[in-house]
Amino acid sequence: MALNLKELSQREPLFTGGARLCVGCPAPMIVKQVLYAAPHNPIVVNPTCCLEVSSAVFPYSSWKVPYYHNAFENAAAVASGIERAVVALKKRGRLARDKEFDIIVIGGDGGTYDIGLQALSGMLERGHRCLYVCYDNGAYMNTGIQRSGATPYGAWTTTSHVGPAQKGKQQPRKDIVQIAAAHGAYAANASLHAWRDLMRKVQTALNYDGPSFINVQAPCPRGWRFPSSKTVEIARLGTECCFYPLYEVTDGGKKWIINHTPRRKLPVEDYLRPQGRFAHFFQKGNEYLIEEFQRQVDERWEHLLKLAEMS
Amino acid sequence: MKRKINDSIRKLDKTCLPNWYEIPLAGAILSEGSEDYETGSWRTRRPVWNKEECTSCLICWLFCPEMAIKVTGGKMAGINASLCKGCGVCANECPREGAMTMVEGGEYRDCKV
Ligand code: SF4
Ligand code: SF4
Repeated sequence: MALNLKELSQREPLFTGGARLCVGCPAPMIVKQVLYAAPHNPIVVNPTCCLEVSSAVFPYSSWKVPYYHNAFENAAAVASGIERAVVALKKRGRLARDKEFDIIVIGGDGGTYDIGLQALSGMLERGHRCLYVCYDNGAYMNTGIQRSGATPYGAWTTTSHVGPAQKGKQQPRKDIVQIAAAHGAYAANASLHAWRDLMRKVQTALNYDGPSFINVQAPCPRGWRFPSSKTVEIARLGTECCFYPLYEVTDGGKKWIINHTPRRKLPVEDYLRPQGRFAHFFQKGNEYLIEEFQRQVDERWEHLLKLAEMS
Repeated sequence: MKRKINDSIRKLDKTCLPNWYEIPLAGAILSEGSEDYETGSWRTRRPVWNKEECTSCLICWLFCPEMAIKVTGGKMAGINASLCKGCGVCANECPREGAMTMVEGGEYRDCKV
């Protein structure tokens, strides 16, 4: 399928407006791209997250595809069940054998990195042909910006305070793509601003003979504290400073491919400065936070380069 | 039939609210799409589109979180004022100078959408 905006725009959107997400929310931008890229009939599984509480408020549903809401911790288990049910129904002749479905989980980082990790690991290990998309806004935004496993080092949240005793979150982010890749799944890091890359990854994942996981950068204006018009811009900065690189892992976790190498790697300041959650980085005496953040980003990027080189 | 029930709840039409046993099992939502829920009233700023400058690249359509950019036959066709929340992403991402600009005030009274 051609990835051409002119053609895509003539197709019916499978996620409609009228959702009660915040102004400038990245989630619908990602959902739109994922559903446009899905090659077969999508079935969406949605654990509790911002997207769920705002897009399926009874009696409204913004979805034009079969849509399941389930608890935080079991999205991947529900998706596994749906995938098996399709196989069973086909065997019994109650579904046409050539009818194909794309079973897609769309969850936030709280439900993926933390609460739903066990079910996700199970789904990847059992090898269900499902795609798990995590829209990674780096905290529990839905319940009021609490820190999650995806919150970056030093970021302010309502449970990682900034004061004399500590300066934001003390730990670095969890590397979820590496966890998924270790299961032998197709795993990728993507970002909403790089729409061609994201849509191609969704297609690759859904045509992949096995489980797949895509982590998508989702800058949240409310929780990251930036103006609502900058959602896409911040995502671009995140990728250009290598904090959120675009890469994929195929071949059962053995082949690492970097999809985008910035022409000029930006310093992390450019990414941190527009975000209120990093405001304390720029106060006098806190310069070491920027240095430490830069060090961590560089370290991960070097590691990624080595992995790509080795494989 | 079931779809009608969801729709009547939507309109809060007290004269025809369904009985409990008519409500779909598990409160399933059987009508699809939520365009009839007007999020346009949230707007405090509004995007103004300049047709002369626009090249119909559809970047704004791609990134608009509210599906509020109208497109007909692959060409940009304006803004859906009942859905646009006024986030400003379209104006921020538009590659053409002056094709999409944000102005203060949420209401479209004086300019064509
Ligand atoms: S982004 Fe700008 S130039 Fe492109 S279609 Fe929208 S208004 Fe027109
Ligand atoms: S201001 Fe935001 S919601 Fe309104 S048309 Fe532009 S991108 Fe869409």
